[in-house]
Amino acid sequence: MSKTYYTKEHEWIMVEDGVGTIGITDHAQEQLGDIVFVELPEPGLEVEQGDEACVVESVKAASEVYAPISGEVVEANEALGENAALVNESAETDAWFIKIKLSNADELEELMDKAGYEEFVESES
Amino acid sequence: MSDQQGDSPLKRTPLYDFHNKLNAKMVPFAGYEMPVLYPLGVLKEHLHVREKAGLFDVSHMGQAFLIPADGEFKTAAHALETLAPGNFAILKPGRQRYSQLLNDEGGVLDDLMVTRLGMEGHEHWVYVVVNAACKTRDFALIEKSMPDNVEMKILDDMALIALQGPKAVDVLAGFAPQVADMAFMSSLDLPVSVDEQEMWMHVSRSGYTGEDGYELAIKSKDVETFWRALEAHPDVEAIGLGARDSLRLEAGLCLYGHDIDETTTPIEANLTWSIGKRRRENGGFPGAEKILAQLKDGPARKLVGIKPEGRAPAREGTKVFSTDGAEIGIVTSGGYGPSVGGPVAMGYVSTKHSEAGTALELEVRGKRLPALVQPLPFVAHNFYRKKK
Repeated sequence: MSKTYYTKEHEWIMVEDGVGTIGITDHAQEQLGDIVFVELPEPGLEVEQGDEACVVESVKAASEVYAPISGEVVEANEALGENAALVNESAETDAWFIKIKLSNADELEELMDKAGYEEFVESES
Repeated sequence: MSDQQGDSPLKRTPLYDFHNKLNAKMVPFAGYEMPVLYPLGVLKEHLHVREKAGLFDVSHMGQAFLIPADGEFKTAAHALETLAPGNFAILKPGRQRYSQLLNDEGGVLDDLMVTRLGMEGHEHWVYVVVNAACKTRDFALIEKSMPDNVEMKILDDMALIALQGPKAVDVLAGFAPQVADMAFMSSLDLPVSVDEQEMWMHVSRSGYTGEDGYELAIKSKDVETFWRALEAHPDVEAIGLGARDSLRLEAGLCLYGHDIDETTTPIEANLTWSIGKRRRENGGFPGAEKILAQLKDGPARKLVGIKPEGRAPAREGTKVFSTDGAEIGIVTSGGYGPSVGGPVAMGYVSTKHSEAGTALELEVRGKRLPALVQPLPFVAHNFYRKKK
């Protein structure tokens, strides 16, 4: 049984069996515009919640992607190295960035659910 | 260059309302609220210009006439030559030159286009176009340098739009067939009828994309009618400042405030071609001593094309190192080149490392990434050449 959470930095994390699959939201890719490069960490990297985990570059600028939770990076999405534009096409499905093995599942409680995130985006605009 | 006007309210071009109707994303730029992209997006806008034709609002730029009361073009041309190293005095009617306003150290205060009007009875008039962020200072400088018998008329009631791309000629010739055979860097002043509205345009065959195309100065009151008519053509899309920047970067064209500024000379910036032969021999422009010395001995640094070997873009401010680890320069413009299909950059490197093919390293987010010096432009220019 999986569950998806969202951050105020516009990341999503889908958690299943103690592993979180992380990406940026569709709203985020829309704001960034055409994405041309994604820099991903090597598997094995230990991250703390809020650490810079990835960088996404649009035609306009570079933006950081933060780790929504602490843990060990277990996989990075190689497909983005070949085709960063996939993030524009399917930000919340195929264009995930990394998978992290959670070290502290309690951190998930600080994140928003889908309804909460949608409300947050609404309040930001 | 968006901060020169400080906190004063942003100005709008005559096409502001129209950009909003097109759902453009508006951003502050050089004191104006300008469209950075339209719903098509930077990438597709860029590629559209290279393939077909794009329409740009550049009305934020400064336009002025210099009008010598004695009817002599040379009166204004010689006065301009005290500010810039271009050979303006030899300009024939209707011809245009790219040049730079210089400071006493040979640094670039702004770059500009200087045109001698070709219209009968106005062949002594000079038309200048300068950058938006610098226009107040530029015009003050130009006015001060003109003799009393030359009037400077700032064209606050004129809009400026650019139609760029391989299809630009077919689109514009539909309104004014004369433009089809204009030489590159030449201009015409002509009446044009658009949707039964009569208007005048000053059209030059020039631009800032590396493609064939035109820049059109039109009265503010007429510009929306003309814009609509041009954009109605199936080959034309509205293009924002975002794509304008990536197009000019691929074309190896300098952006003022980034690749050139008061600390860089035209020689360092590879703009030597824009300094007339007579001016190289005689000087007589600000900073001539330094510039003529650099021409003779070569500058210590040069602006070059830099091609990152990987996929990561190197943005403005990225430090450049030689392969033995010495810091030898800085990126002044960098991003993603949609037509190149990868990252492209320009920057200053020490002359020793400026040869095409020289291996460099770029420091991006603490990592050293390999790059090569590459001859500019990244994308071949596609300017119109008259058939003999």
